[in-house]
Amino acid sequence: MLPERMINLLILGLLLAVPLVALAMDEPFIITLATKAAVLAVAGVGLNLALGQGGLVSFGHAAYFGVGGYAMGILASHAQSYTPLMEAPFLIEGTKSMLVIWLVAIVASALVALLVGALSLRTSGVYFIMVTLAFGQMLYYFAISWPAYGGEDGLSIYVRNGFPGLNTLDPIQFFGLCFAVLLIVLFVVNLLNKSPFGLALNGAHQNEERARTVGINVYRLRLTAFVISGAITGLAGALFADLNRFVSPTMFSWQTSGEIMVFIILGGVARLCGPVAGAAVYILLEHVLGGLSEYWHIYLGAILLFVVLFAKGGLVGGLSRREVHHAG
Amino acid sequence: MSIILLIEQILNGLQFGVMLFLMAAGLTLIFGVMGLINLAHGSLYMIGAFAAAAGAAATGSFVLGLIAALTSAALFGALIELTVIRRLYARDHLDQVLATFALILIFSEATRWVFGSFPLFLDTPAFLSGTVTLPGGILYSKYRLAIILIGLAVAVGLFLLISKTRVGMRIRAGENDREMIGALGVDISVLYTMVFALGAALAGLSGALVGAIQSVEVGMGEPVLILAFVVIVIGGIGSIKGALAGAILVGLTDTLGRTLLPVLFASFMDPSAATTVGSALASMLIYILMAGVLLFKPTGLFGSA
Repeated sequence: MLPERMINLLILGLLLAVPLVALAMDEPFIITLATKAAVLAVAGVGLNLALGQGGLVSFGHAAYFGVGGYAMGILASHAQSYTPLMEAPFLIEGTKSMLVIWLVAIVASALVALLVGALSLRTSGVYFIMVTLAFGQMLYYFAISWPAYGGEDGLSIYVRNGFPGLNTLDPIQFFGLCFAVLLIVLFVVNLLNKSPFGLALNGAHQNEERARTVGINVYRLRLTAFVISGAITGLAGALFADLNRFVSPTMFSWQTSGEIMVFIILGGVARLCGPVAGAAVYILLEHVLGGLSEYWHIYLGAILLFVVLFAKGGLVGGLSRREVHHAG
Repeated sequence: MSIILLIEQILNGLQFGVMLFLMAAGLTLIFGVMGLINLAHGSLYMIGAFAAAAGAAATGSFVLGLIAALTSAALFGALIELTVIRRLYARDHLDQVLATFALILIFSEATRWVFGSFPLFLDTPAFLSGTVTLPGGILYSKYRLAIILIGLAVAVGLFLLISKTRVGMRIRAGENDREMIGALGVDISVLYTMVFALGAALAGLSGALVGAIQSVEVGMGEPVLILAFVVIVIGGIGSIKGALAGAILVGLTDTLGRTLLPVLFASFMDPSAATTVGSALASMLIYILMAGVLLFKPTGLFGSA
């Protein structure tokens, strides 16, 4: 039994150590796997703000992940082909700068989250799960049927986008960048969780009636959390697209939403670093089990079922002694 | 667009709606009685389709294939209820979502393992192939018409089962007060298994019937599952009547949207752009319908709480 802060340091330390060891051993593939874990962890941390802290079980976070991914894909593909995004009423050019792409990804996914959240938060419980899932599927079908940006085939970007002072095509430098983004996101989410906003959010999760009685506007509070959560997941989507140098409607699929949720449950719901541990374990399982059998999803399903039925706190919950509240 | 084509599309929309009803009815019944959200319902749909394709291929009879679909979906439904689902009734919705998501992973991969990645095909039976002439001289596929009739018959059967029989009385009592009906001496766990198996059989029937129109493949269930969720959100959860109304509404909106929107846009845009915009918008139409219902009736058309 360890304090949660120690476990968090341990998780982040391990995630940092693995690629460094891989660099020393000249195993670039392992660095890429660690980068993938760091990027997916960002998506999980984003969802965990809504799901863990706010109790909003969104099964549609692939929507924001995909919007972030397409923000990168659309901007970079225009820069790649030297065609402007639009000329009237004013000229917008594509870009290969990650900083601009991240900003666009965050703003675009926040806007989509604002729309989806404003509608979905009119419902609660099971309705909320089904509605968020349905809106995610809507964007999936839209991405498939809209031919301008590759339709079903997706978009390939030939050169990874640039970041001032870094060679992003070098695996370890790109890992460092993604890891830094993860740390910043964790820092911000931790601040939010401890702020009056985060406490109110958690309070409304535990007892909505009481939160209302003390004068909290629960709808607006949850909508704010949902938008921030979507924006973080959108940022992760842009990073994920840059990692693969490819975007496709798969990023919007319901399976992606499910996977982001799986990171949280494997790691521990409402734990700051739960999604980080969960994403890392997921990538590890995918790599190890995927190497053993083509049908590794059977094992993944069995592990997930076991964790849900018998080991509820996930990895962080199992190691930590402090209980966190997360009744649905 | 000719009126005959329009009527044909309306019938196609009805057929799609009726199929969605078979899925949504099971989901809404299971939620109403047990308070459970079951993502694995799409897997039961897939199991029905595969059992029908395999059964029909082995015996050469479509009807035997249908029976195989119904029984295997009901059996798998009862099996997962007994092993996994009943541990979830007291849990929160997040646990239910994740556990049934795990079941999807297991069922999909196991099916891929048994049947391979290539789609199977199920032929329409000889006595239902070809077309039938409807009043007004409209030619329509016999098989699709049969699906509409079977679906409506199942809807009537479900209404009768729930409103007129002893089992239906218990189901309604279970929806109102689970503890009380247990205290009155009804074996609630048997009732739960039965309701779950009934819902599973309906999903299996739906999968088997659609299997003869589309290809039978792994992953066929989840898109239909999500559409069934849209149906339930529109109709109101726990209400069979709402499921029927929502299903027909979604079926008609989707089918007619895909036919009419490109034509509509072509009246003021150039044809290729009209096709693009029209079909992209058509693919989003039912979700826009759902958003509209949420704006005005967040609990659905027939929902109460």
